[in-house]
Parts: sequence; C-alpha cells; structure tokens
Amino acid sequence: MKKIVAKEEYCMGCRLCEVYCATKNSKSKDIIKTFKSEAGKLLSAIFVEEKEHITFAIQCRHCEDAPCVYSCLTGAMYKTDKGVVLHNKEKCVGCWMCIMVCPFGVIKPDLNIKKIASKCDLCLDKEVPACVENCPNEALVIINK
Amino acid sequence: MNYIIIGYSVAAVNAIKSIRSLDSKGKIYVISEEEKLYSRPLISYYLAGKIKEDEMNFVEGNFDTKYNLKVYYSEVAKSIDFDKKLVYLYGNKKLSYDKLLITTGGVPVIPDIKGYKSYIEGIFTFTKLDDAKNLLNYIKRNKINQAVILGGGLIGMKAAEGLLAHNIKLKIIDITDRLLANTFDKEASCYIEKKLNQHGSEFISNNTIVEIFSKNKKLESVKLKDNKKINTKLLIIAVGVKPNIEIVYNTKMKTNKGILVDEFMNTNLDDVFSAGDVVETKNFITQENSVIAIWPAAAVQGRVAGLNMVDKKFKYDGMFGMNSVEILGVSSISFGLTNVQQKDGFEILVKKDSDYYKKIVIKDNKVVGVILVGNIERGGIYGMLIKQKIDVSSFKNELLRDDFGFLILPKDFRKHLVLKEYLEV
Amino acid sequence: MAKSKYKTDFRVIRDQEKCIKCQACVRMCSNDVHYYDPETDSIILQEEKCVGCHFCEDLCPTGAITVKREIPEIKFNQHWDSKDVYNIIKQAETGGVLLTGMGSDKKFKEYFDHIVLNASQVTNPSIDPLREPMELRTFIGRKPDNINDELPPQLVLETPIMFTAMSYGSISLNAQKSLAKAAFEFGTMWNTGEGGLHQELLPYAKNVIVQVASGRFGVDIDYLENAAAVEIKIGQGAKPGIGGHLPGEKVDQEISKTRRIPIGTDALSPAPHHDIYSIEDLKQLIFAIKEATRYKKPVGVKIAAVHNVAPIASGIVRAGADFVVIDGIRGGTGAAPTVIRDNVGIPIELAVAVVDQRLREEGIRNQASLIASGGFRSSADVIKAIALGADAVYIGTAALISLGCHLCQKCYTGKCNWGIATQDPYLTKRLNPEIGAKRSYNLLRAWSLEIKEMLGGMGINAIESLRGNREQLRGVGLTEIELKLLGIKHAGEAW
Repeated sequence: MKKIVAKEEYCMGCRLCEVYCATKNSKSKDIIKTFKSEAGKLLSAIFVEEKEHITFAIQCRHCEDAPCVYSCLTGAMYKTDKGVVLHNKEKCVGCWMCIMVCPFGVIKPDLNIKKIASKCDLCLDKEVPACVENCPNEALVIINK
Repeated sequence: MNYIIIGYSVAAVNAIKSIRSLDSKGKIYVISEEEKLYSRPLISYYLAGKIKEDEMNFVEGNFDTKYNLKVYYSEVAKSIDFDKKLVYLYGNKKLSYDKLLITTGGVPVIPDIKGYKSYIEGIFTFTKLDDAKNLLNYIKRNKINQAVILGGGLIGMKAAEGLLAHNIKLKIIDITDRLLANTFDKEASCYIEKKLNQHGSEFISNNTIVEIFSKNKKLESVKLKDNKKINTKLLIIAVGVKPNIEIVYNTKMKTNKGILVDEFMNTNLDDVFSAGDVVETKNFITQENSVIAIWPAAAVQGRVAGLNMVDKKFKYDGMFGMNSVEILGVSSISFGLTNVQQKDGFEILVKKDSDYYKKIVIKDNKVVGVILVGNIERGGIYGMLIKQKIDVSSFKNELLRDDFGFLILPKDFRKHLVLKEYLEV
Repeated sequence: MAKSKYKTDFRVIRDQEKCIKCQACVRMCSNDVHYYDPETDSIILQEEKCVGCHFCEDLCPTGAITVKREIPEIKFNQHWDSKDVYNIIKQAETGGVLLTGMGSDKKFKEYFDHIVLNASQVTNPSIDPLREPMELRTFIGRKPDNINDELPPQLVLETPIMFTAMSYGSISLNAQKSLAKAAFEFGTMWNTGEGGLHQELLPYAKNVIVQVASGRFGVDIDYLENAAAVEIKIGQGAKPGIGGHLPGEKVDQEISKTRRIPIGTDALSPAPHHDIYSIEDLKQLIFAIKEATRYKKPVGVKIAAVHNVAPIASGIVRAGADFVVIDGIRGGTGAAPTVIRDNVGIPIELAVAVVDQRLREEGIRNQASLIASGGFRSSADVIKAIALGADAVYIGTAALISLGCHLCQKCYTGKCNWGIATQDPYLTKRLNPEIGAKRSYNLLRAWSLEIKEMLGGMGINAIESLRGNREQLRGVGLTEIELKLLGIKHAGEAW
C-alpha cells in the first residue's frame, strides 16, 4: 500500500499541495473555477505546519490500527482491505469522535454542506496523489509499504 | 469452543472481530436485549431527525452471517451459573460456555424523587433507541415546545441536542454549577450556557428536582430544591448511567461500581471477561479504578477481551475520559482531568476569546487534561500528548498556540512519535 | 531638491482572471513584492522591489503572473543609457560602490557568435554519433615530454565540461550538493571554490577539485587529501585584481566550520596571496602542495584573463602547474563591484587562443592542461573553446541556470529566491539537491550529446582531435587582428 511521506528539509511552505488537494476534492476539479466559485468553502485534506523556517505537510497516515475507525459511531470511517482508511460522507453525522482520537490531528470538520469530517483518501482514483504530483520541490514522496 | 457474549454493542462487535481473527471455527453466541444491532450514541441524531432508523448500524448489514454468529435478539440473560458455566435466558433456554464475555453496558440512574412513578407519561430516560422513538412520538403527539432535563451531563446534553433540533425550549437542571460537569469547567460551560440563552433555553445550576407532580398519570410540573416550580409536559431524567451489573448480583464475581477487570479484561473468574460501559478499570491518568463509559474505550476493551478469550496475552493499557460534543453549533472536545485546582499541584494554561476557549492542565510536566471549545481542529494531538506521556516542559508556553502541531514538538519527539506511522520528519 | 524615486526595473503583471489568491507568491517572494491585503481581499504589488528572478512566475499554479522588463526611459540618447543615469542617481544617494552578481552583462563583441564550425561534406565523411562510438573522455594533467616517461597524475573526465568554483558561502550547501552529485554521477569534476569542503559533500570527494585561494579558507591536510586535484586561485574573471568579502552576518555555524574561521567574522580574501609576490613564490606554493599530497594529484592555477595572460600562463606552466584555468571577462561571481565586473579582463575566446598558441610556440603545451571558463552559454561555445585550444571548460552560470537561476544579478543580497545564492534557511530549502542534481546532470548530458553531434558533423570521433584544431573554425565579420589572435581563417577562406 502506498504511503505519502513528507520531507521537512525540502518543504518550502508554498502550500501548493493544499491548493491542488482542494482542487482535486472540489466539484469542478478545475483550479481556477474551484477557487473563484467555491472560495471560502474549500477543504484540503493536506495542510502545512509552519514554524519559522521549518515547514512540512501532513495528512492522514492511514494508520494500521486507526483510532478513527474504531471510534466512529456510524461506521463511516472504515479501512479497505488494501489498508486505506476511507470516509463515507453519507454515513457521517459529524460527531467529531474521529477528530478527538486522531493522534495526528489530520481530520478536519467540513462546515460547508453537512458538518462532516474531511480527510485524505490517498487519491485512489489517480495514479499519483495530487499533492505528490504537484509539489514543486518534491517534498512529498510516495513510498510503498 | 463455545463463546458467549452477553450484550451486543461496540465492545461485543470488536470482541467478535478479535475472536474470529484467531478462531474461525469456535461457536459464538450473542445475547442482545435489543431488536437489532445499532450504535447507541446515534440516538440523539435520530431524535434530531438527522438520521433514519435504518442508518444507525455501525457495521455492515451482514455482520452476523459474515462472522458466523448465533444472535439471540430481544432476549435477556436471566442469570449465570459460573460453576457449571451456563447462561440462563428467559423461557428456559440455557447455553453453555467455555469463555464468557459480559458487555451489558450501562443503565440510567433513576434518583429517588418524591412523586416519581415509572408509569407517568412524559418522563423519559435517554439511553436506548426505544427511548428516542418514544420521545419522538410523544413530542409530535403532544406538540411539545418546552421541556425540562434533569442532569446536564453527557446524556442530558445529547438529549438536549436532539430536542433543540425540534425548537423545543429547554430548562436544563444540574446539581453542580456547570454543564457537562465531568468534562467541563465552569468557564467552558458558560459558552454553551450563553448559546442556550440565545436560543431561549436556560441552564439552572446548583439545583435539582425534589418533587414531581402528575395528574391522571400525565406529567404536570416539577418542584426544584429552591422551591421554584416549573410546569412541563416533558421531563428527561439524565442524572447518570451506572454499569448494568444486575446479572452478577450475588455471585462470586467481584464488582465495585462496575465489574472489576485486570489489564487482560479478565474478571476474577478465569474464563469470564468483561468490556465496555459495564467495567471498572484503571484510569490511564489517575491510575485509579473508574468507569470510563465512552465508545472508543469500549471498542478497545472489546478488542482486547476478544483476543484474550482465545488465549492470546494482550494487554489493555487503559483509557482516560474524553468527549466530543456539539451544542447549538458550538463544538467542543475534552480530555482527562479538567476540573482541578492549581493548589493541588496542577499547572493550568488558559487562552480564550468570546467564542473560543482552550485550557490545558499539566501535572509533573505532562498534560493530564484539555478542554477545547469553539475550535476543535487538531484536538486529537492533545490526546496524543496525554497518551504518550510526553514531557512538555521544553515547549509548555507553546501549547496554547492556535497552530499547535507537530512542529512545536521538539524534533526528537516528532521523530519518535511519527515514525511509527511513517511520517518521516 | 526633490529626491529621485528609485524606479522599478520590472513590471509584475497579474492576470486577475487567473489569479486564485492562493498567496503562494506572497509567501515565497523574499523581496516582499507581493503582499495580501485582507481588507480588500486582494494581492497588492510593490513592483519596485522586484528583481526579476521569475520565481513567482514559475511557481504560480495558474500562470497568472508575468514578469516583464521595465526600462525607465530618458530622452533618446546614444551616449547615455538610462541604466547609467540611474546608477549615478543611486550613487548620489548612497555614496557607495555599486555591487552586482553573476557575469558581465555589458555589450562586448561575442567572439563565439562570430565563429562557425566546419562540417564534412564529400571527403572525410561525417560520423553518426548514434551509430559509432564518440570519445569525449578528457584527461586533465601534465602530459610527459616523452611517450615513454611515467604519466603524471591525471583527472579523468567523461566529458570536457566541469562545474566551476562556486564557494559554500556564495552559494548554498544544497546548490553545491546538487552540482557535486551530478558531477559525481556523470563522471566529471566539481570545484569547492574558496569556501572549504563541507562534510556532507565528502561522498562526492572523488570528483572534487579543491581551491586554495588567497584567504586559504578550509585548507587543512584533510581538505587536500580528500581532493582529486588542487587549484590555486590567483584571480577570477568577474573581478580580476581584487579580493573577495563574505560579510560576518553570513558566517553562521556551518560556514564557520567549513571555512575554519570564527562565527560572525568577515571572511576576507585579500587581493593577492600574501605569500605570492613573484612567479617563484607561486612555484614554491605549487610544490609545497605537491609535496603535501605526495605528488599524487594534479595541482593547477586559476587566473583571470587579463592583458598579458599569455606570458603569465607560460610562467605558471613553467612554475610546475599541471593545469591552468583561464577565466574570461564574462565569468560570474556572487558579489563584485559592477564597475570592475564590467570593465576588467578580456574575452575568453581571445585569451584561450593566445595562451594555447604561446604554449605551443614555447614547446610546453603538453606540460599543463588548459581549462577555459567565463560565460559559456551553450555546447557550441564549449566546442569552439576547445577548438581554440582548451582541454576542457568550466561552466558556472549555465550550471546555476540549470538549478533555477534567472540571472537577476542580485546574488550579493543573499535573498536568492531559488535557494542558490543564499544561506537563509527559509530559502535554501527550496533547492532540493535531488532535483538540482538531476537537472545539472541533464545539462551535462544534453551538452555532451550536442558536442558529439557537432564532432560527428566534422568527421571527428574523439574530442582530442578537436583540441586546438583551429582549422575547424572560421571567423565571420572579424577583423584581421582578431582573426590573427584567434588563429583562425575567415569564412570563405579554404585550405
């Protein structure tokens, strides 16, 4: 199963990974359309932590024993047999248990449509996740575990 | 090998998954007092109309067949003979076990109130789907627009969540000075109280109901400790939940408030295990025995119990109290010990705003309690600090930062923590 | 008197239709050209701060930014360029020396652009490099006088192109690492410059030429032992005759360790080596280093191309240098006074030709390899330099461009947005050495392939056969004296 790994020493803090992730998860999937029409309502599953000159991007680790999965009240958070932790928006009620138990703090409330949690899904429908593909300095890489 | 599980909710489900991962042939019998398997915490969403009844199952629909279970729905275990290793159901059914798991959960506490009768229409508890269904019917039939909730704790607030969605004006009464007394401090409670007031609801603190008045078996009004009287047709009693240990009364099983288990979820009886809201086990932070009736704890305990039932020595490293609650749009998350005094050796850090509150409680340089109101993003990281017992002395003053995250942790902590889940830093 | 406002050199045009206000440009510009105003929810420009590095333009995810030159105009004047006018205005305001970076941007005759190559036609057929082996391998070092003599130490290059001296201090460690790795993997050399050899670059030491410059920074026995060759730097094309200065603020812990000077002290490279005041002194230093390295490595000397470069080079060869590096007027630097960079030195084409010619005439051409450097822009420049007499070339500016440099010439500010000419950790992390190494490797590869193509066209299959082979060159639009100095015929003249 592929995992995305961040390289702190090459992250510039440009946050383009956030831009491309939000675009990929938007309705229109077009970067200009997404930002112009859905501004203020965009959600990126990856986000950049910043402290002075140190920056790096973090997203769902798809933990082997994911606390969000066993803490989910509705079963909306589940693990595929490939080991990817996915989120079923339809089932989610926005109880925020997952946000509470995620030790990495990578799940975010999506307060736009239905107050449901939002997180990385490893861009399963793409060959290379959007963040990895578009990082200008190759600070995000895929490793196969 | 015969496994019997009494009680069918999250602890049982996780135990079943564990058992089946190691033993695909053994027979598993489950005794459930409910009609079907569903997630109890979702009843507040059901009440609010956010989900439908058939959307409340937290595992796939064919769970029973997939895991090869024999489930007795709508059945109650009458008694257990620990010597003969038999479980008796009503109607003369008896099942024999090699390993037994008790996950009977909790039952609501009904305080001794003058004038209370269980047949009075309009008084409800709020722990099961039936409660929510009956409540919903009652509200619709009687066009309820106001209600009283006795108990501002988690159950009371969950009921409140549901009722507020029907625009019912509430009066929430609690014996302490605050809402969610187990997890909030007074300050945090004020944020919710303010919202309640804006909505036309009210929080009545340091008070309780001393008498219930009814007429023709219908609820009419209640009288408070300070003699104030409130007319109401709907009263929710939510003062607390206690472990459902009735079935082991007068047996050899060691209990306190709940069933006592060791770190292998084993009771004092060899082949008998227990997990979930019914057990009493070590609180991770205080190291004292307590009941931690939360979903994630039940899930982990169930998993551990299941593994140990098949004879794998797997330890449960304990949980601490944690809760996530949203009332009238105000989200909150809390962990651990939040209501402590500085004089008892705790260091308390607070940052707040008109719609935002953050409190961190530290003891011996480790985080032992957290309250987040308003902004819960990345809240889980604080839980991780507690669980991993991170020494925060070198970055104590950064804990309150809005952007608190992995970068604030010293590099060696980061590397150690995150490498486990492949975050190379 | 009203003060003159400093005009912007660049127009930064933002296409509002495309701008998604992601603020990447705001975050990334080290000169604060872009900033976000939350009140109006728009990104505002401070164009006068733009140096024209094009980083924001390349980074913008929608291509909304265009950076264009803005030439402030004065009344039409053939003699006075507006640049001259504004330089004077700046000096009137500051009273200081105007500084700049990179190589001279002034208009000089581009001799390379007036030289053309031959190609085989009917006789001496051309060679297809895709079908037949082409030898680009080059050996740098003293060649023996007799074929039977023992071969002195040689550097083996898989291509006649090396990365020139750019010190750690003038460029970032990530930039050096990129070039070191590329050189290592391609099989050519890189040069430490006068900043010492950083520990992290030791894996690439097999391919390093270390510099012993006038400040002797970082020079200790390990430095010499680790190297493949040693280069004594007397001067460089960008600033012949003057020394170098790395301000104390830039001397942080890493630089201090590598240069072996205390943190915070200015790193001053004096103009002359204070122990070299004659050619005999140079000979002494050359042999001192040879002794210290037990004669196992080539030891060479680098000079700027100045008026008397031919006899100077001859003296250097006779002083025992195994290779001589000549750096022409287009050579680059991290910081130099503009007036020196643009007016001191001579073009490398002429310098290489006259040095090669002089050494041949004196019968000592074999005693040292000749390395040319100074603003090579393409493989054509490289091959012409070799045909004029160089054994190999050093590239500097081209290498940095492959890492992202856009020649904004503001290296001396230390705010290089590309993470090249800076030590600021915010900026240096932008240059991922893995990407940098790949890009500079690609440059070497591309140019080497082109050289092979051009060689094949001339019917030559080994770069050796082109060395000093002036017959393969013809001048176009050059005067008689230029042709004579270059040693080539004019186009149209045949054997």
